[in-house]
Amino acid sequence: MAQKLVIIGAGMASGRLIEHLLDNDPNAYDITLFNAEPRGNYNRIMLSPVLSGEKTYEDIITHSDDWYAENNVTTYFGEAVTTIDQDAKTVTSKSHTVTYDKLVIATGSAPFIIPVPGKDLSGVMAYRDLDDVNKMLAACDKKNAKAVVIGGGLLGLEAAAGLKEQGMDVTVLHIAGHLMERQLDPAAGHLLRKELENRDIKIHTEGFTKAILGEDKVDAVLLEDGTIYEADIVVMSAGIRPETRIATDLGLHVERGIVVDDGMQTSDPNIFAVGECIEHQDQLYGLVAPLYDQAKVLGANLLGGDEIFSPVEISTKLKVTGCDLFSAGDFAEGSDREEIVFRDAVRGVYKRLIIQKNIIIGAVMYGDTADGGWFLQKIKDREDISELRDTLIFGPNFASGAPSDPLAAVAALPLDAEICGCNGVSKGDILAAIEGGADSLDAVKMLTKASTSCGTCAGLTAQVVQIGLGDDFVLPEADTICKCSDYSHDDVRKLIISKELKTIPDIMQELQWKTSCGCITCRPALNYYLVCAWPGEYVDDGQSRYINERVHANIQKDGTYSVVPRMWGGITTPDELRAIADAADKYNVPTVKVTGGQRIDLLGIEKEDLPAIWYDLNEAGMVSGQAYAKGLRTVKTCVGSDHCRFGTQDSTGLGIQLEKAMWGAWSPHKFKLAVSGCPRNCAEATCKDLGIICVDSGYQILVGGAAGMDLRETELLAQVTTEEEALELACAFYQLYREGAQYLHRPYKWIAKVGLDWVKGQCVEDVENRKALAGRFHYSQTFYQVDPWAERASKGKDAYEYSPLADFSKVAAE
Amino acid sequence: MNDFVDIGAVEDIPVRAARVVKTPQGCIAVFRTATNKVYAIDDKCPHKGGPLSNGIQHDESITCPLHNWVFDLNTGQAKGADEGSVKTYTIKVTDGRILMDTSEFIPEMAAE
Ligand code: SRM
Ligand SMILES: Cc1cc2nc3c(=O)[nH]c(=O)nc-3n(C[C@H](O)[C@H](O)[C@H](O)COP(=O)(O)OP(=O)(O)OC[C@H]3O[C@@H](n4cnc5c(N)ncnc54)[C@H](O)[C@@H]3O)c2cc1C
Ligand code: SF4
Ligand code: FES
Repeated sequence: MAQKLVIIGAGMASGRLIEHLLDNDPNAYDITLFNAEPRGNYNRIMLSPVLSGEKTYEDIITHSDDWYAENNVTTYFGEAVTTIDQDAKTVTSKSHTVTYDKLVIATGSAPFIIPVPGKDLSGVMAYRDLDDVNKMLAACDKKNAKAVVIGGGLLGLEAAAGLKEQGMDVTVLHIAGHLMERQLDPAAGHLLRKELENRDIKIHTEGFTKAILGEDKVDAVLLEDGTIYEADIVVMSAGIRPETRIATDLGLHVERGIVVDDGMQTSDPNIFAVGECIEHQDQLYGLVAPLYDQAKVLGANLLGGDEIFSPVEISTKLKVTGCDLFSAGDFAEGSDREEIVFRDAVRGVYKRLIIQKNIIIGAVMYGDTADGGWFLQKIKDREDISELRDTLIFGPNFASGAPSDPLAAVAALPLDAEICGCNGVSKGDILAAIEGGADSLDAVKMLTKASTSCGTCAGLTAQVVQIGLGDDFVLPEADTICKCSDYSHDDVRKLIISKELKTIPDIMQELQWKTSCGCITCRPALNYYLVCAWPGEYVDDGQSRYINERVHANIQKDGTYSVVPRMWGGITTPDELRAIADAADKYNVPTVKVTGGQRIDLLGIEKEDLPAIWYDLNEAGMVSGQAYAKGLRTVKTCVGSDHCRFGTQDSTGLGIQLEKAMWGAWSPHKFKLAVSGCPRNCAEATCKDLGIICVDSGYQILVGGAAGMDLRETELLAQVTTEEEALELACAFYQLYREGAQYLHRPYKWIAKVGLDWVKGQCVEDVENRKALAGRFHYSQTFYQVDPWAERASKGKDAYEYSPLADFSKVAAE
Repeated sequence: MNDFVDIGAVEDIPVRAARVVKTPQGCIAVFRTATNKVYAIDDKCPHKGGPLSNGIQHDESITCPLHNWVFDLNTGQAKGADEGSVKTYTIKVTDGRILMDTSEFIPEMAAE
């Protein structure tokens, strides 16, 4: 007589299991199938096409009522099994108790509902089954309905794309820094984000939900950072948990999932489990491919076989029409791992392979996933790829596929893109010169004047010439920014502007970076270039800054920090000195030193104490001296005409005005000033980045000094007659340097490259340009003149830096 | 005996940043990478004691803030020309929470 087999859960895994059993021995078991959902097996992974309207529910049913009847499967749908009795060997739902010889638990997973206030409001739903889809579709009927999807993983994005397709206004909240972080690296996540944003889906990364707002139904979602998004529905897609409740109640061995052995048997020899509800060798599964393997193994074993389940590499694809995305294997970086990155800026393609000991262990691709299967096979086979290495990234059809073109970004520039700013030469002008017969770089330069002034566009000019002349032209070797890129600093700066690149991942994709996320050389440089190019728009990336700039203090050899408040122009007051003295006492500051920059340094402060000491100094009216910044440092002054018998002008007052105008500005390197009241030069103005010497007839503006590793005397930029002119010219010069110099070049290095005459032309002779430069500087300052100490001491910015994650030091002391 | 203790949420550490866990033997630096992996190593550079939690993270490496030695977060080994290593600690991430095996740094607790 047939044995009695009871299966709990009619999902993707159990559907397969039943097929295996019926195919191999239809008479072995009397099968009874319970399902909590009021329907039988359907293709759950096709719910997204149902949501977007590309398919109907009928299209995705895998086993119809007739099919169950024909195959003698007894079904109890809409009946969740609530108890299992191990001794009596029965399972019980609300209206049936059935005995079993063998029992299979295939209960899948339950969506994780994040425990925030408002989670039970009507309108909050998960995305797991047909009922959820129907609820979403009902909400789409309302005009201008808004949906917030919590979770930017695979499911959340499919839900978002589907809801958008149905006409809803959709916002996705995601806690990580980029979308689908479990499957994608940051670069691919960024491309995906751009694609979704193009479809008008709002994406909020690092968005932590604080509460869902509403009386009896949802109205809005509130984030930790205070942002509020209105919502008619909220779709929670924040992960899944194995549905293990009945197994736990029974006392089976359950960790995160129901623990099974290689043959899919639980800790009870008559009870088996398959699908997302299981845990096998510490692993959980959330994709169908391995579940199908499990179903096959269990099917065989229930018929007396002895098969074992061994998981294979799995790949993921996002089922959003038009977003081609593929990821497989392990794509994190590590010590013995190498990566091959391919970017095609024009087609928006990104591919990355992770290789360990000549074997591909991971692959991510976006935009062109045609070769995904080929790479997946290589991962599974652990094939040695050393022979193929050079062309590997181009896939199996290398013969027909062209390798990436390093000039693609320049080739894609429009004809009116400016190449040489000094002489107003566009890409079109250069190409026209070539059409007109110019057949060398020099000829082009002569005809158009491109790159004949400051020279920072030399690289770009040469590249446009190469595009125009083709293979006949050999590009001169350019000094690239670092090993991650083929572009020089100057090229990158220019392309940031002409291509309007506004984030680091944007730059890396569009300029075809050769690594996935840059290195410590290029990241700080790119961050600065963006800070300078897009004031008020660009969100500073603290993790691309050196520690001193990240925590606004100078790190010391023992890991403590030094704190230097501003003393405007070197002037202080008894109150300030008292506040400094009090702070030194209160925080046990071991060393208080007068610096070479005319101010006081408190050295040896514990990182955790920084916000508190800043708070105290802020209370006394002092702000950060930015003694750590690639930015404005000090303005040294002498006593000047107020007190000195030789003083010709108010050097102290001018120094203070300069410092008040310029503090907070970031620049390629540090920027130091001094103002001396007469040519005796007590403020040492002649070795500063910008120095001013006051004379009877006005002010000599001197630039390009240095007194560090190189010693340079300043040169005269111009002499002006009024304080206003001195201030304007100083700001214009600073801005010219900020916009043009390569990262980590002090002004003297930059002037050596572009020439002092060119600098004079830009900010002395061309009065309009001087005003424009000064104007851009002041505009930028409206965003950057914010005391970074106050933001951290009183507003809790970057609070994570200054407190430990956990403290066990006292535990042991007890 | 393992003694896993919840030390906080993954999201308590911003992407590509680090925080410290204080222990009787000194600080441990806990890093969150761009791909949301979490690693823990001693917060002390073998060169001259630089606090590694303050370095710049790139890929799965950390550059010491004092003299730019680079360490692999997976193994704690110095990379490139430099030699030396930092101790690594076991991290488990479950449901967005970070668990550390306290027996690795508080031996007394394990003995109980
Ligand atoms: C505190 C101070 C020395 C002092 O006790 O007087 C100082 C301290 C440091 N200087 Fe300086 N410099 C100080 C005035 C100077 C001066 C003199 C001046 O500004 O009048 C110079 C020469 C002038 C110049 O810059 O051209 C100077 C040239 C340097 C250099 C070489 C720069 C160069 O381009 O060659 C460095 C290294 C660097 O920046 O890469 C440097 C770097 C440093 C650093 C930040 C080293 C570091 O990277 O950690 C030191 C931080 C010590 C600390 O732990 O706080 N410091 N440094 C002075 C702070 C002035 C202030 O109030 O902000
Ligand atoms: C929208 C969506 C898209 C997806 N896309 C993909 C994809 O593209 N690729 C991919 O590989 N995977 C995808 N998945 C994941 C895939 O659907 C699951 O991995 C798979 O369905 C799990 O199969 P299962 O049989 O373990 O569980 P399920 O299919 O969830 O079936 C479990 C069934 O058990 C029932 N049940 C639970 N408890 C009880 C109880 N006590 N009594 C009776 N019945 C119970 C449940 O109601 C459910 O019907 C997607 C999932 C969703 C929701
Ligand atoms: S000269 Fe400057 S950098 Fe050198 S030890 Fe003195 S403070 Fe430090
Ligand atoms: S202390 Fe880390 S590199 Fe010197």
